[in-house]
Order: sequence, then C-alpha cells, then structure tokens
Amino acid sequence: MDNAIIIGSGPAGLTAAVTCAENGIEVIVIDEYMLAGGRLLGQLYQEPNGSWWNGIKESTELYKKAVDLGVKFHLNTAVNNIEKSNSLWVIYTEKGEFCTSNLLLATGAAESPIPVPGWTLPGVMSVGAAQVMTNVHRVKPGERGVIIGVNVLSAAIAMELQLAGVEVACLTLPKMNPITEDAGHPRKVLNSLLHVSHMAPSPFVRYGSKLMKNEFMKKLGVTFYPKKGVKMWNIPIQLRKAVIEICGENEVEGVKIATISTEGEVVPGSEEYIQVDFVCIAGGLYPLAELAAVAGCPFYLIEELGGYVPLHNERMESSLEGLYVAGNITGIEGAKVAAAQGRTAGLSIAHRSGVKGLESSIRDSIEMTQQIRNSAHIQFHPEVEVGRKKVLKQWEAYQANKRREVI
Amino acid sequence: MTRRILDHPVLGKIENNNYVSFIFNNKVYKGLENESLAAALLSHGIRTLRYHEDSGSPRGFYCNIGHCYECRVSVNGQSGIRACVTPIKEGMIVESNGPLQPLNKEDRRLENG
Repeated sequence: MDNAIIIGSGPAGLTAAVTCAENGIEVIVIDEYMLAGGRLLGQLYQEPNGSWWNGIKESTELYKKAVDLGVKFHLNTAVNNIEKSNSLWVIYTEKGEFCTSNLLLATGAAESPIPVPGWTLPGVMSVGAAQVMTNVHRVKPGERGVIIGVNVLSAAIAMELQLAGVEVACLTLPKMNPITEDAGHPRKVLNSLLHVSHMAPSPFVRYGSKLMKNEFMKKLGVTFYPKKGVKMWNIPIQLRKAVIEICGENEVEGVKIATISTEGEVVPGSEEYIQVDFVCIAGGLYPLAELAAVAGCPFYLIEELGGYVPLHNERMESSLEGLYVAGNITGIEGAKVAAAQGRTAGLSIAHRSGVKGLESSIRDSIEMTQQIRNSAHIQFHPEVEVGRKKVLKQWEAYQANKRREVI
Repeated sequence: MTRRILDHPVLGKIENNNYVSFIFNNKVYKGLENESLAAALLSHGIRTLRYHEDSGSPRGFYCNIGHCYECRVSVNGQSGIRACVTPIKEGMIVESNGPLQPLNKEDRRLENG
C-alpha cells in the first residue's frame, strides 16, 4: 500500500491523516510547532447552542485518534523545501529527508502585520500570538492591552482575553496609510463588521446591522457611530479612533489614540494617551502557501479567499501529480471547513493509492464541506463562496488549456 | 508575580505541574517542561528576548507561531533559535543576542549599494 506525507497538523492535516489511515495508508505528519492542532489549539468560543468550542480539546482528540490509527508524527520539525524527483515528492526538513508519492500541504494561514510607529517594542504582538499565549500556554500577554484592527478574528480574541482575566481597553483602527487603507477606513471596516454583527450581544450592533444594508445607511452609520464606540462583550469597539503611535522606553507603556473622520483622517488636536502594557495587531489572515509555490503550483490572487491561493479542485488536488492542498492554504475559512477539506483530501489520496469504491464518499465529502461552509458561525470573508467559484473556474480553464496543448 | 492563568473559567486548571530550571542571560528561571521558551519567559514578565543586530533596540516575540523570527535567541550556544517554537528542557542555557560588530564604512556602502 502507498504512503502519504502531510505537512501541517492543524484541523485539515489531522483530519486528512485520520482519513488516510482509516483507509489503510501509512501516514507521516510533519509540523514545526511543538503541539499538534495548529491554529485550532487557540480557539475558544461559544456555539449558538451555548456549548463551548474548545480548540485544545478538539486538537487533542484528533491527535489521539490519529496516533491510535498508527499515524507517525514529527513535531518541532520545520520543512525547508519540497521537490519532485523520479515521480516522488522529496521533503527536506531540518531533521532529514522524507519521500512519498502523495503529499498534502495543509500549512494553514499566517497573519498580516499592520505597520504602526513603535510596533517593534517588546509587548507588541499579533492578535493570534496573544491568543496562543492565553489559551494554549496559559500565560497572560499583559494586564491591559489595546487591539489595533477591527475584524472577525480580533473581536473573537478580545472576548477570549477578557474571559481569561486580561483587560482589553478597546479595539481601534490603525492610522490610515497606503498599507492600512482598508483596515484604517471606518466605512470599509463597518462594512465587513456587518457580517459578524449577529455574534454581538449588543442590541445596538445587532439592530444596526439590519438597518445598514445599503450604502447610504452605512455612511450614516459611521457618522453617527458613537464617539465612545459601541461595546461587544463589554469591550469598546472604536471605529472612529485610531492608534497613531505605540509608546514606551524599552517595552510597551501606552498608546497614543486620535479621533478620525469617517474617511479615516486624523482630527488634529484629538490625541490622547492610554496606558497599556501590551498591544495586539490584527491585520487579518492570508493563506500560507510558500511550499506550494516552491513546488511549482500555479497561483491566483483571490481577495475573497484572503490572498494568493494555489490552483486546486474540489477534490483538493493541485495541478501537480500527487500534490494535494487542504485547509486555509486554499483560502481563509473556519476550522470546521478546514477539517472537511482535510477529509476530502484524505479520500482523494486513498483513491489515487488504489483503494476501491471511494467515488461516492468523495462526492459526499465535497457536498459536506459545502454544507459546513453555509452553516458556519463565523465567516472570515462575506463572499467566500464567490472566491471558491473563481478557483474552480480557473481550474477548468487550466485543464482545458492543458488538453489543447496535448492535442 | 506569576502571569500564569492558573484557573480558567472554561479551560479549567493547568494540569502540567512539572517545573524545570533554565538559564536566561545568566539568571536561573523556572518554567513548565515543554512549554515554549517565549511563554516561560513571559510568565516571569520578561518580554525583551534580544537586541537588534544593527540598532540595538529591544525586541520580543511577535507572531508566536514561528513565522516572523523576531524572537530568535541562542540556546546552548546555537544562535537563531526561535523562542516561540522551542520547548524548554531542564538546564537549557538561553541568551539574548546583542548588536553585531559594526561594519567599517566601506563594507557598509557595499552592503547598501
């Protein structure tokens, strides 16, 4: 029987590993982190039915299931390069080489930084870093902090910090500049926030989101947006304020915040100083796809999926023989969608390895992924479905082109 | 004062109780075995992990999952080790690296050109 190697032990990689192993395929999982689970580890939120989604518990269960099925793990092992050699994929790691005929890239996502004056001071960290410290390592990132960047991820993590007894003074926008254009523009941010407003317990935000479905109302919404901000889980969310500087001698001691116009321009003389001992920067997630690039996958820039994604189809096959992709490397979505994609990838690998009778399971798994996407509690991009369709269209065009070349 | 979240309203109490000793910049600290170096140091309020090679300005961890390399330190004499993805072990010797020897003017011109 064939073997498979999976790079990345997040929800996509772990689910793929379990699926492959259940179909009798020998699996090795490689991850540079010291624990299996990837970004799933830090997740902690309340489902609509009131139960808690505990990322550590989910990760541990998936990991144990994989180990029980005989999956071999190489954690704390960074992959430096991959290449095709004699119809096999060779994986170069800092602990030696591996080779396989089926390679799955499930490398997940990384966070975009937002440049802000003073951002190199110790105590400034990505919002995901604060999440991992708090929920996984159980160490407070600080006593009181500010989050720069208002989006789905930062709103969720603000709540997690508060749950752990860490004070979040407020969520604000970054000062607008050519790089932060979208993240620093109140109306654009409000637009994207309307899609998470159902999570908010505040009737202002909930009621507001229904009112603000058209452009005119959105504009009014920012103009009338209370100067003190609105509160979500009792944390002020400031769409009309921006951090203009992070201050401190040798580490973070405070931030300078200013009022901004509806177009994101700083109102002169409105600056104030807030004392904090840490700052989180939340610039959003993008697919972490370097390994697909060195392998030679074609890439497309698809904004709805969070950035450049390697070409792939619904079966999670890349355009390169024996190379698969699953999870956030294919576009930014939640852990449950990533896991569903991992299952499809695992089935596709088993199918290619000669396991019979998987066609209907693969179709079901693709269908299931779609269902999970549609019922997702949190949508990272409101138009993710449009983005998925764009990739499939590119795939068809690419395959048609290839057929023409053969003829 | 420890910054550990010993009890969490949803995640419960910390189960790992296996403290080990390690050395950071010639001082002995305790941390939980196999937690990351960055987490162990942060639990003691230590955020500065190194000083920038050129400017000497202090730096700490930024991404905390191995991507940004801001948290690089020396471990047992080996430099360039990421504190956020390195599990601590008993007796580990960890050091912050400081500014490198300045290049002479000519070399610097070459580098920038």
